[in-house]
Amino acid sequence: MSNDIHLQDLRVAVTGGTSGLGLALVRLLASRGARVAFVARSAQTVKHIAGATGAVGIVGDVGNKSDIYPVAIQITGNLGGLDALINNASALGPTPLALLADTQCEELEHALAVNLIGPFRLTKALFGALAASTRAGRGAVVINISSDAAVNAYSGWGAYGASKAALRHMTAIWAEEAKSENISFLSLDPGDMDTPLHALAVPDADPMTLKRPDRAAIEIVTALLAALPNDAVRAVAEQP
Amino acid sequence: MMDNDRLDHSIAKLLAVDANGALRYLPRTRLSSLFSAGDLVVANDAATLPASLVGCHCASGEPIEVRLAAWVSHHNPREFAAIAFGSGDHRTRTEDRSPPPPLAPGDRLALGPLTAVIEHLLDHPRLFRLRFLCETAAILAGLAQYGRPIQYAHVTEPLALWDVWTRIAADPIAFEAPSAGFALDWRTLAAWRQRGIGFTTLTHAAGISSTGDPALDARLPFDEPYHIPEQAVAAIAHARSRGSRIIAIGTSVVRALESAADVHGGVPPGHGIARGRIGRQTPLRILDALLTGIHQVGDSHFELLRAFASDVVLASVSEAFRARDYRPHEFGDSLLIERQRRARHQALALAAVEGLNNI
Repeated sequence: MSNDIHLQDLRVAVTGGTSGLGLALVRLLASRGARVAFVARSAQTVKHIAGATGAVGIVGDVGNKSDIYPVAIQITGNLGGLDALINNASALGPTPLALLADTQCEELEHALAVNLIGPFRLTKALFGALAASTRAGRGAVVINISSDAAVNAYSGWGAYGASKAALRHMTAIWAEEAKSENISFLSLDPGDMDTPLHALAVPDADPMTLKRPDRAAIEIVTALLAALPNDAVRAVAEQP
Repeated sequence: MMDNDRLDHSIAKLLAVDANGALRYLPRTRLSSLFSAGDLVVANDAATLPASLVGCHCASGEPIEVRLAAWVSHHNPREFAAIAFGSGDHRTRTEDRSPPPPLAPGDRLALGPLTAVIEHLLDHPRLFRLRFLCETAAILAGLAQYGRPIQYAHVTEPLALWDVWTRIAADPIAFEAPSAGFALDWRTLAAWRQRGIGFTTLTHAAGISSTGDPALDARLPFDEPYHIPEQAVAAIAHARSRGSRIIAIGTSVVRALESAADVHGGVPPGHGIARGRIGRQTPLRILDALLTGIHQVGDSHFELLRAFASDVVLASVSEAFRARDYRPHEFGDSLLIERQRRARHQALALAAVEGLNNI
């Protein structure tokens, strides 16, 4: 992605926006001029990140059904619509990582609630806004953050891997179904990153061997822009 | 949350009235069979605000319910026209609700996390201009987390936001759901596209439909802002140039398009405000048909139908509603009514006269 690209007209929502990849995305998009709303659970951290980035901070838990519509209405109400939704918030499952036979049912349910059902609910609540964006010629894209654990069977990553595999497949199906509305759906694996979530999963990992979230954020925003119609990308990129 | 039976739109009924006044009785799942290739369907994609806030009138300590009812300035959530109710909740019919405590300019209202002040009364002791005392993002957060959709006495279960958002809901500016849009789903829209049936949207801030107070109800609908996007204008112009039918999904689409239309049937893009009622004397310049709910004689929604059909036809419609047990209200059955041929001729004649007058 070019360093001089400006995204003044782009309206983006990021879940899990106060740490790791989500925070890197919020910082990057806000620094390039996009109108950004982010969602996270801690009111104090949300306020701090909103103040530091200029993005709209929304307190909510995507794993909680009753939070979804209040989050959705704040996203569209504050941004005046929505062009891109990045479902980034993730739950690891049991920590330390556990074999499936040692995993509590509630731990699996929680991973599914945050990693699968939450993105489903929020995308569904915002689907009308995304479709309105495509009707206006702006395009619309949903990016669901995936993992190699969605594809490979890693011992100990059962709750996370199963939920991310389901998210990946849901994304593929939604991509097919939403073609008629011109809404793009992408499942992106950012790779192993130096994030709090990775540290929870692999406490002994050497951070020097891990990708920096800033680098992954650039790759994801590049993919996001590529998924929008050429005219829409040109329109946002040509803003002074 | 509502029970599943009420949400099961597959059981909804449809009464279709053609351009000659003939009636047909169908399940609403057959709606698409009444549309043809070339038709253009226009829907309202407004999402519904959680416009009901309960709290306390600080000066008296009395409980109060505030229903946000109209925008003062489009997309500025700091100020609204609002209606107050006293104690009780939606299970009591609005007509039977207790009045609020006496309200005066400067009174503060504690509404959960939000504090508001009454700016001034709007020529009625229950209608006033309200101003929230915080920033926009905090107002939206407070409404989202604390507000509830306006509830209805005929729906005993509390309505959640997901009950009142149509599938196409986008911009949250409506005070009550543009409920005709409940007939739409994404499968239907995809099927229309395949059949060559056009679809476009505008965004209209559908206002409060009833207050329970005859004097206030007589003032409804309040002024309602709308936005007609460029692509809707282009689709309408294209349909008109081909002589295709243009079908409104909901009375709010009628209000927006017929308010915006000039005497030649042109529709400018952009923002506008729909004022006043549409009724018998309103020439329809754009629309050929309307899908709407089941309304009662005297409702502003029913009176709007007089722009589409004569009193005789509407009397037969009302009788059909009664005889066939059509369910009224926001989550009930539907009426598809075509503009009657006589009404079309009158509109064309009126447009011709107005056109001459403008030369």
